Amino acid sequence: MKRKCAVLLVFVSVLVLVLGCAAFAADKKIVVGFAQIGAESDWRVANTNSIKQACADAGFDLRFVDGQQKQENQIKALRDFITQGVDVIGFSPVVESGWDEVIEEINDAGIPLIISDRTTDIEGDDYYATWMGSNFIEEGEKAGKWLVEHLKSKGRDKDEINIVELQGTVGSGPAIDRKKGFENILKDHPNLKITQSQTGDFTRDLGKTVMESFLKKGDKIDVLYAHNDDMALGAIQAIKEAGLKPGQDIIIIGVDAVKGAFEAMVAGEMNCTVECSPLLGPQFVEAVKAILDGKTLPKITYTIEDVFPQEVAKDVIASRQY
Amino acid sequence: MSIDAKDAKNPKDTKRGIKPASSKIFSPLLALFAILLFNIFLNPGFLSITIVNGHLYGQLIDILNRAVPVMILATGMTLVIATAGTDLSCGALLALSGALAVSLIRGDSTVLNADTAMPFAAVILISLVVTSLCGLWNGFLVAKLGIQPIVATLIFMTAGRGIAQLITGARNLTTSYEPFSVIGQGWFLGLPVPLFIAAGVFLAVWYFARRTAFGLFVEAVGVNASAARYSGINSSLVIMVVYTISGFCAGVAGLIYASNIMCADATNAGLNYELDAILAVVLGGTSMMGGRFYLGGTVIGALIIMALTKSIYAFDVAPESALVVKAFVVVFVVMIQSPLYRSLRESLRSRKRKPGSVRESVG
Repeated sequence: MKRKCAVLLVFVSVLVLVLGCAAFAADKKIVVGFAQIGAESDWRVANTNSIKQACADAGFDLRFVDGQQKQENQIKALRDFITQGVDVIGFSPVVESGWDEVIEEINDAGIPLIISDRTTDIEGDDYYATWMGSNFIEEGEKAGKWLVEHLKSKGRDKDEINIVELQGTVGSGPAIDRKKGFENILKDHPNLKITQSQTGDFTRDLGKTVMESFLKKGDKIDVLYAHNDDMALGAIQAIKEAGLKPGQDIIIIGVDAVKGAFEAMVAGEMNCTVECSPLLGPQFVEAVKAILDGKTLPKITYTIEDVFPQEVAKDVIASRQY
Repeated sequence: MSIDAKDAKNPKDTKRGIKPASSKIFSPLLALFAILLFNIFLNPGFLSITIVNGHLYGQLIDILNRAVPVMILATGMTLVIATAGTDLSCGALLALSGALAVSLIRGDSTVLNADTAMPFAAVILISLVVTSLCGLWNGFLVAKLGIQPIVATLIFMTAGRGIAQLITGARNLTTSYEPFSVIGQGWFLGLPVPLFIAAGVFLAVWYFARRTAFGLFVEAVGVNASAARYSGINSSLVIMVVYTISGFCAGVAGLIYASNIMCADATNAGLNYELDAILAVVLGGTSMMGGRFYLGGTVIGALIIMALTKSIYAFDVAPESALVVKAFVVVFVVMIQSPLYRSLRESLRSRKRKPGSVRESVG
């Protein structure tokens, strides 16, 4: 009797398993693997949430692995994705080198690869379907364009304008490109001059310390361009301590569009922030769908990013996620 | 560099027959004045001080004000180094103290808050007690378990920042609670509040070290811990006390740092400050080998570092080369304090004077 029961139990469970698989197959859920770097910053956390949300909305079966800033974790995750036979792999490489072998395995398995945010040092562009992320040069250009437009609207477009710049960490990609992009726009406007430029290391504390020194030099300062919002927020305090009104006496432009910048804009102490958006989930989903439909994607997909001037801050602030 | 050429020719410090301790403070003081002089010649506005919003305003005030966090860390560090130790954790403990304070003030509020979730005095007390306990732990590892100071304090150098990030959720926690801003941004009698806090910490440590026997114990332990123990000094207690003081100092510096930007930036607050603090101590004339220590020299050392940083901004040195310029000046300041340079200078001088004049002792 006992044995019969056991046989029946095995039979039933096998049946359930088979039926379950059949039901699953009928559903044909798209399976996506995503190997994230980790959760090292607000930006990254927002990036993760955006991808998870968008995949859930699209009804994908997302296999998400947090690499905790370690390459070996990410390589293991990628190998697991191959074994699981996922449809598409998304991947933010934590470092540039050392991916050759595992990416070859992915290519051999015929799984399309989407690289996001960062890059690898592998030559050629055959090994991935598309790269998506922010265009730092364009962020700098947007900041420059907004400034030109803003000055025009205030009737100051013919005035001599002195700009001070707070650069990001020396040698980092965003710092180099945001400077380059901004200068691209200034080229056509000889009356706009960068009079002082120093690194604030992307931190509030140095943003304040360096701005304090800029202000003591005695030259007139009309505009502050900071490579990220945190430095701008630090600089705002230095400007206040100097007895000036940030946002009025000095026009302040930042990049990133973090919540603090919106709070400052609502208070009238900052003028504009250029978005550097981590919210590339929806675009990621679109790319996955396009790849599975057999379409060829452009090799580079830039994140859709906005410019937020002071006027819209109040309406947008509630919806900011990072 | 011209600064040091000037210094080399300046015969003042030994001719007057100053006491050893004050002669030790002379070279750092000279270096500081040289940096300031250099600025006055090339940038006349550098020393101007005006009054803005009822308080003093100028580069000099900035230098004093911004040097405070490193100055306070270095004050604690001086005692640690005097026992032939090092405290690498103080930068991370600075971040921890700021993270604790801001998160306690915020409570569980998710928006910018102008009020505190906990009595303000309790916030300050908890932050300082926690960092002091971390310091005590460092001291315990060094004194009781005999772990080398660099290794023992390395634990909190990494873990301290990690805990701080855990507390803040790895994001920049901000607050707009007014009383908190007084610590780092307030003004009293026209001067920045942080200066008074630094003076308070300095005087307390100075009194403890120089007006009680404690300073002597510290030096004895630094010269030879076993010899000190045999002569009846409780070496391990002395070591634990100095690391606790260093942790406390990191806590105070952390409150000032966070209050200055009204934000707990766990990732960047006090990053590499432990190295600046060690540099300030060394520039101030205290030897890394332990033994004699110079609290006044340490303060000058911290001022040299900030004066240098501010000069680099004032001259608009390109950020790419700023660190190289800084390194050159530091090398020269350290060199004019080296025993080799000192003995060279003195032998030159004694040759100029009557042969056989008494050689003065150095520290």
